Amino acid sequence: MDPTLIIILAVVVVLVVVVIAIYNGLIQKRLRIDEAFAQIEVQLKRRHDLIPNLVNAVKGYMGFEQKVLTDVTNARAAAVAAGSQGPAQQAAAENMLTSTLRSLFAVVENYPELKANENVLSLQEQLTTTENQISFSRQHYNATVLDYNTNIATVPSVLIAGMFGFTKREFFDAEPGAEVTPTVDLSLG
Amino acid sequence: MASGSFYGQISANKRNSLLMAGLVVIVLGLLGFAIGYAVVGDPAGGVVATVLALGLGSLSGVASFFGGDKLVLTVSGARPVDESSAPQLMNVVREMAISANVPMPAVYIIDDSAPNAFATGRDPAHASIAVTTGLLEKLDREELQGVIGHELSHVRNFDIRFALMVGVMVGAIAILADFFLRFTFWGGGRRSSNREGGGGAQAIVFVIAIVLAILAPIISRFIQLAVNRQREYLADASSVELTRNPYGLERALAKISGDAEVLEVANRGTQHMYFTNPIKKFEARSSGLMSTHPSIIDRINRLRQLTGEAPLGSSEAAGLAGLE
Repeated sequence: MDPTLIIILAVVVVLVVVVIAIYNGLIQKRLRIDEAFAQIEVQLKRRHDLIPNLVNAVKGYMGFEQKVLTDVTNARAAAVAAGSQGPAQQAAAENMLTSTLRSLFAVVENYPELKANENVLSLQEQLTTTENQISFSRQHYNATVLDYNTNIATVPSVLIAGMFGFTKREFFDAEPGAEVTPTVDLSLG
Repeated sequence: MASGSFYGQISANKRNSLLMAGLVVIVLGLLGFAIGYAVVGDPAGGVVATVLALGLGSLSGVASFFGGDKLVLTVSGARPVDESSAPQLMNVVREMAISANVPMPAVYIIDDSAPNAFATGRDPAHASIAVTTGLLEKLDREELQGVIGHELSHVRNFDIRFALMVGVMVGAIAILADFFLRFTFWGGGRRSSNREGGGGAQAIVFVIAIVLAILAPIISRFIQLAVNRQREYLADASSVELTRNPYGLERALAKISGDAEVLEVANRGTQHMYFTNPIKKFEARSSGLMSTHPSIIDRINRLRQLTGEAPLGSSEAAGLAGLE
């Protein structure tokens, strides 16, 4: 066979293999983003399930802090309902729930009997770990988005990404007001 | 070497440890070539010798790869725990596993008041983490998270596997050098008179081979220790990547360095695996070339580069060192 032809064939084969490898890599990174998003859902549901127990455990001790407790219960119901209303509504409802829980934790600090109660302590640890798991899931989601976005923007993957229509994904933003520490109203009534 | 973001520190540490491992490979290659040429008059002999030595070294490596973690856990007196026996520890490990996107490792506790931890396992699917009761008592949740993040990063970065591979090569260098030196001094002397051809050049290479055989094991051991130190810095930076909270890890390091307790189950064989060197004498001298871990002061200062804080002043450092 003509040596030039062999060389051309070899180059074409190598190119095809490289393109396939890059394409597959992009698909894999995009799927990881979807998986990471689904994992956040798992953690959010776990939080929904834990909250009724916590509210029951502290109710008896917190006679005149009913407002904080009803806020948490209502926010939870809203978050569960928002599950079917789309990601934007869901995110807003979950963020609302997070801030009511923060207020509740801040208030519990002022009740020594509550702080010493084993039930409450164990539930508080469970909620702490759930909150942490939610934020680490979100953090991991952002890491997968960063990886994917970096890939589709850099040479040589950028060429393949353009050809096959891979587009940037959005990061998960912290809830508005997350920078502000919740103030707790301890007035009676 | 280190820079203002943990991404920078992570890539610098990975690059440095790979370069150093490459150096060990080169040393092994040079030694094999020199020995082969010197003994047989032909580098092919060196290739055979190197491959044989690697093979022998790998045998122990394979055993360690598959069974090593069980052995280490038993030797350290670690007992397995679960949700009901250690809920907060399991929660903290789970949080880090989510952040790192690795499966949940097996979790163990060692009954000892000295605060320390280690991770073992050939890959994230077969990993174990052990912490002492002293660590659980003395650290708060954030600090514990930093330490667990560090240990899980060892698993995620395949440090156990990396250390094993470097260990096999260093072992091969030692076997090769030892064999050659014995052969030369106790039976090889006669050969120099029956060699055909080669002559002067071979004699020179022979001398080089002897020098290499004496120096290579020592040099490769130093490099191995340097690699271990790099991977420790890497695990610290990776922990920050997981927690996004350098302060927790920094406080944990400071608390542990100030603790005078001795971890009884640790010894020279297992010291390199722990979060901080459990042998207190070694920890005190640890900014040198001979140590398995970087000094706690250096580790804290690297973390401070991430937060923009000033490095430890000399009086703070002396206070932390406080070891006899």
